[in-house]
Amino acid sequence: MSPELSAAFAAVFVPNFILQAIARAEPELRAQPLAILEGHPPHDRAIAINRLAELLGVTPGMSKASAGQFGPLAFRARNPGAEEAAHAALLDAAWSVTPRVESFSPDTLLLDLSGLGALFGRHDELARRLAAAAATLGMSVQIALSGNVETARIVARALPGPTIVPAGEERRFLETLPVGMLSPSQELADVFARWGISTCKELASLPVLDLSEGVGQEGVRLHAIACGGGQRPLLLTEPAQRFEESLELEDAVEDLEALSFLLGRILDQLAARVSARALSIAVVHTQFELQPSFENAFDTRRDLLRSKPAPRLFPCTLELPVPTRDAKLLLKLLRLRLQAHPPGAPVQKIHMAAESSLARVTQGSLFVPASPDPDKLELTIARIAAVVGEGNVGSPRLLDSHRPDAFCMERFAAAPSETRGASTQTQITAPALALHLYRPPLPARVQLQQHKPVSVTFQGRAGKVLHASGPWRSCGEWWEEKPWQEDAWDLEIHFFAEPASPRGLYRFAFDGLLNQWFVRGMYD
Amino acid sequence: MLSRSSALRLHVESALAGRVLSPFRFQQPQPITASCGIPELDQLSGGLPRGALTEIYGAACSGITSLLQSALAARTASGECCALVDAQDAFAPAHAQSAGVALRRLLWVRCRNLEQALRSVDLLLHGGGFSLVAVNLTAAPSRLVRHVPLNFWFRLRRTVENTSTILLLLTRESHAKTCASLVLHMERAAASWSWQEAAYPSRAFHTPAALLHSCASTAEIVRSPSQRKNIAFIDQASRHSDRTRFALSAQDFFPAASAGGPHLPPSHQERTENRG
Repeated sequence: MSPELSAAFAAVFVPNFILQAIARAEPELRAQPLAILEGHPPHDRAIAINRLAELLGVTPGMSKASAGQFGPLAFRARNPGAEEAAHAALLDAAWSVTPRVESFSPDTLLLDLSGLGALFGRHDELARRLAAAAATLGMSVQIALSGNVETARIVARALPGPTIVPAGEERRFLETLPVGMLSPSQELADVFARWGISTCKELASLPVLDLSEGVGQEGVRLHAIACGGGQRPLLLTEPAQRFEESLELEDAVEDLEALSFLLGRILDQLAARVSARALSIAVVHTQFELQPSFENAFDTRRDLLRSKPAPRLFPCTLELPVPTRDAKLLLKLLRLRLQAHPPGAPVQKIHMAAESSLARVTQGSLFVPASPDPDKLELTIARIAAVVGEGNVGSPRLLDSHRPDAFCMERFAAAPSETRGASTQTQITAPALALHLYRPPLPARVQLQQHKPVSVTFQGRAGKVLHASGPWRSCGEWWEEKPWQEDAWDLEIHFFAEPASPRGLYRFAFDGLLNQWFVRGMYD
Repeated sequence: MLSRSSALRLHVESALAGRVLSPFRFQQPQPITASCGIPELDQLSGGLPRGALTEIYGAACSGITSLLQSALAARTASGECCALVDAQDAFAPAHAQSAGVALRRLLWVRCRNLEQALRSVDLLLHGGGFSLVAVNLTAAPSRLVRHVPLNFWFRLRRTVENTSTILLLLTRESHAKTCASLVLHMERAAASWSWQEAAYPSRAFHTPAALLHSCASTAEIVRSPSQRKNIAFIDQASRHSDRTRFALSAQDFFPAASAGGPHLPPSHQERTENRG
């Protein structure tokens, strides 16, 4: 049974955050000695190293050249973008448990757990859940729970495992910790060093009044924390609806196969973050930073050398009719999009942002006809679009115009069906004669007698008009750049030299602007 | 002496006597069908079979596109999603909407050639979920359609088997052969014109007020899942039972749905002299 906490707070701390942020984007780096460098060469120094590099003998502060002498070591430059993404992912893991989260620092979050007992049960279960959520997002974290927010924060930084500080035991947990764990200012740290105070226990034993006179209010605050007090309200962070991830590449990638491997990795991370928040992805904005073209790279003109050419950007937006969390589906759609419209140059950085939406809720019914699965349908449409072209697949929508054949193509979405009872209300009309259109219309020659077509010739076929209905005059948009004006005729034609199908019904049109006859279609 | 299995069989048959005619005879399940929107044709063929390939062929102006339009109208009206693979981009959405097709439930694939059409239908069928997938190859060159291998149609048939999808193939000549469960041959019968000369006595109208009223077509069953192969050459009487004639009414000249503006019936449309 876990100890009871009166008002529970949790602190989540990511040890070696800079390194974990890089390793999250490139998980294979976890298995090899790694050092993160900061600064411009040749003055760059290692600011973070992993355990394997530490075993080789590398220490933080070494130059790249010095660290490289210890053995095969992977070097990466510090990546603020990756750190931002890691911090956002950490927030998402925290929001999967509670909406009351304070972002204390990039590597530390403080959570208010009050009222969550009924939902998650015991506190150790909750801590395990938090650690699992963070691990899913690619980070290993240290967690501490306490009735006091500051105690939880300090214990999380000091102790590795999930630690639960029982009520009233805060002071005992803190007393062995060095006073530096309380993050005093440099000036105060110097004062404590001069006084010979090295642990929290020693700080807690000082009289508060004298401490206040000696070092001011900061000293009093740190004293309260060292005594296991220092309760304060959290500065809550608003949950974000946009999820961003980026990946900077050491070497630019041109091949679509290699690129899709990287895209899949980013999409996996985005999908995991969105899932942690019980949301789905509605839109994915991808921006590829392209390598500058070679002619610019070798241009030695002084003005060009002075100003490095800005990398070209290639945007690619994927809008989904139905929100999804399926990273594989998103990757397939993105691949199809890139196959149709490739970036055109090697990619050196990928930035991806996902707009979230509430997850789709579906409820099947016995009385509603089955329709295509939206995820599968989107993929099918994307594949067909790759064959026939983007604008040639979808649902037609008629335009508000009398212009012949005025329509536009819209995205097809399996429309929610009505129940059987409602659907029967739809009036099915009597079978109607359909028009088989010719796009573009076929040019024709028409002979008139008393303003009425009597014989026609088109596509090498000649025929006599048996019946004619028309002219049906229509015109419009004369106030715009593309006016139209036509007289339409329905003709029944008897073709010469075609014994198999001598008669046919056609729609002819005389274009008044072009002064030309056309065959618009055939009644079939 | 009867063997044990024979005794059991006899026992079951006697127990079910009067209720089940022949309990040990395998009975081919009746195909589930759906209306094609033309009552005469539904009565003749029993409807379009689901989970099977239906081929409809006929010459130009024989009513194939009208049959497709009716089938789309019937399926979309009952809330089902349909797909049309149009090999030569010949579908008229305005006319289809006037005929009752719910365009928002129709996925229209506008192809430029036969290869695009065949690849698209393959992808659509593998995606699944559509109630009706129609492939209109009537405008595609016949010499190219003839070269589509038979195993392609067979593969399509196998793909839709055990699904509720109606696969409709529209061609000028029969190509799917035995792969199609239902084969219909369409022929044009006659067009009907209404003469309303008396209603327009003015000399301003240079033509008699002829209106295309309707067009009749004939459909003949060549192959059907519920009937044996047509044996018309043996029994002339059976030939007539495999044919039906139906009328397709001509629509108003300006389809009502094509515009948001006022729509007038054809008799009130502007009729003026042709300047051509």
